[in-house]
Amino acid sequence: MSKELVLEKVSHLKGLLNEVSADINSISSATRSMKDVTMDVSDPIVLGLTVFVLAIFVGYYVVWKVTPALHSPLMAVTNAISSVIVVGAVIACAPGEGAAAIFGYVAVLLASINIFGGFMVTQRMLDMFSGKSKGASKTSKEKG
Amino acid sequence: MTGSLASILYLISAISFIMALRGLSSAKTSLAGNMYGIFGMAIAVLTTLLLPGISSYLPILAMIGLGGVIGIVIAKKIDMTALPQLVAAFHSLVGLAAVFVAAAALLEPGNFGLLGPSGIKKASLLEMGLGAAIGAITFSGSLVAFAKLQGILKGKPLSFSGQHMFNAVLGIIIALCLGLFVWTGSENLFWTVTAVAFFLGFLLILPIGGADMPVIVSMLNSYSGWAAAGIGFTLNNHLLMITGALVGASGAILSYIMCKGMNRSLLNVILGGFGNDTGAVAGSVDTEDRPVKASSAEDAAFLLSNSQSVIVVPGYGMAVAQAQHALREVADSLKKHGVQLRYAIHPVAGRMPGHMNVLLAEANVPYEDVLELEDINHDFGTTDVVMVIGANDITNPAAKTDPQSPIYGMPILDVDKSKTVLFIKRSMGTGYSGVQNELFFRDNTYMLFGDAKKVCEDILKAMAA
Repeated sequence: MSKELVLEKVSHLKGLLNEVSADINSISSATRSMKDVTMDVSDPIVLGLTVFVLAIFVGYYVVWKVTPALHSPLMAVTNAISSVIVVGAVIACAPGEGAAAIFGYVAVLLASINIFGGFMVTQRMLDMFSGKSKGASKTSKEKG
Repeated sequence: MTGSLASILYLISAISFIMALRGLSSAKTSLAGNMYGIFGMAIAVLTTLLLPGISSYLPILAMIGLGGVIGIVIAKKIDMTALPQLVAAFHSLVGLAAVFVAAAALLEPGNFGLLGPSGIKKASLLEMGLGAAIGAITFSGSLVAFAKLQGILKGKPLSFSGQHMFNAVLGIIIALCLGLFVWTGSENLFWTVTAVAFFLGFLLILPIGGADMPVIVSMLNSYSGWAAAGIGFTLNNHLLMITGALVGASGAILSYIMCKGMNRSLLNVILGGFGNDTGAVAGSVDTEDRPVKASSAEDAAFLLSNSQSVIVVPGYGMAVAQAQHALREVADSLKKHGVQLRYAIHPVAGRMPGHMNVLLAEANVPYEDVLELEDINHDFGTTDVVMVIGANDITNPAAKTDPQSPIYGMPILDVDKSKTVLFIKRSMGTGYSGVQNELFFRDNTYMLFGDAKKVCEDILKAMAA
């Protein structure tokens, strides 16, 4: 085999290699841009907004179904469940010490008052509506 | 616990909360609904405690325990008549908790996973600032509402000239500082936003009078939900977003129902000043000399016992006098005589949505006897006696006949169509709107002056005699 022939083959292979690598580049950039598209859709804020707006609709339809006689218990129970903010408060306690943790502890305390108090007072009201307890709240026995 | 497992548990919790609201569609399912709520909350708290990174269990559990004891003691002790102020006080706690969580997120962003390549992400700053601002307004606004309902502050609207302008300026300051805060991430600006929002909450609720409180309590209920949702966005926690949306929607619907019950717009209520002494005096000229028929408990007892059908219209006066138990005894006695007796509830009677229903339920009035405005309004024409106890504006026919009246267009209970009306009232004073009630001067209206509870007891005695 002559030297020229070998050189010719090598340069031919080089060309092929370049083509392949260009292909790979274009494919990978294409997949990268595809990934960008999916990333956009699952952006946590957009996803959160989707969940949030759908939940407003659920809330809207469920609350209109609540009988007017039970509007006071509705307020008490929504108040109780809005203290689910305790989730954020507990996470805030994670450092264990420092200003942020102290804010966290206070928030846990406030939210807990609300959780126990809110569900309890709802229970007291509902007991009256179902005619279970006589007058006052002697018989109510519930936990948060 | 892995992130995916936690998310699924949070989803279960969110569904439980939806079921809790769903349960309130009837009295029968409501108790189960409350159990769903408690279950959902327990799951949410346990899941969060088991998240990686949470280690300071002892102080957290101590705080939950302490809060639990305080909450249970308050909820057990409270009188049902004091319910509106209790709910207002509870709203303020949610608002304050939202402020604290936002502050903690600002101080330790890494803890909440909020750090981008260059400090806290802009979006997180915005959510944090909004959550704190709404939380602060909820907190101070609810405090004022509480003070008004509890009687610490006068129920009369308190306002100064240029107040709306001043509030608008404060609102703009909040928006500007919020923008700058997102731009710079400065801690001082965060506290400025919070402080101004706190101040604005006070000023917003101060000029609103007592009888508009059903709207305000509902509105603050809604705010506490939006604050929780704001924090949910900060933490990227779907449970908080969903719950915040549910509560926010619920409060907004209640505010809407209350506003419709008064034929006023939400803006009109928020701008406040309704029921000022200087305001609505039109139409109440030269009424002092007009004769009313004052009656006695004996006459009322006779009238009631000899009727076939009676409708009771309760109002805030019944709540103030705690007259519901005495009233129910009168009703029981009448029922024994074979009188058909029902209760008519106006949507804005009392100081919070459904206030009258709770008080009547407390006195063991059967659920079926208590009817809403649209269900009973056609029956007044065929009713012998209507007993209005501590209510006024919601029965005033001027709402239908007098376009000049400030309450014109408000839906009313048509008590004027019945054969006889008994008004149990402390005095000839006008209602919240400051409008005189034409009904007092009609031939078939009898006035019973006195404390509602005392009057009911007197009627009961007279009936037994």
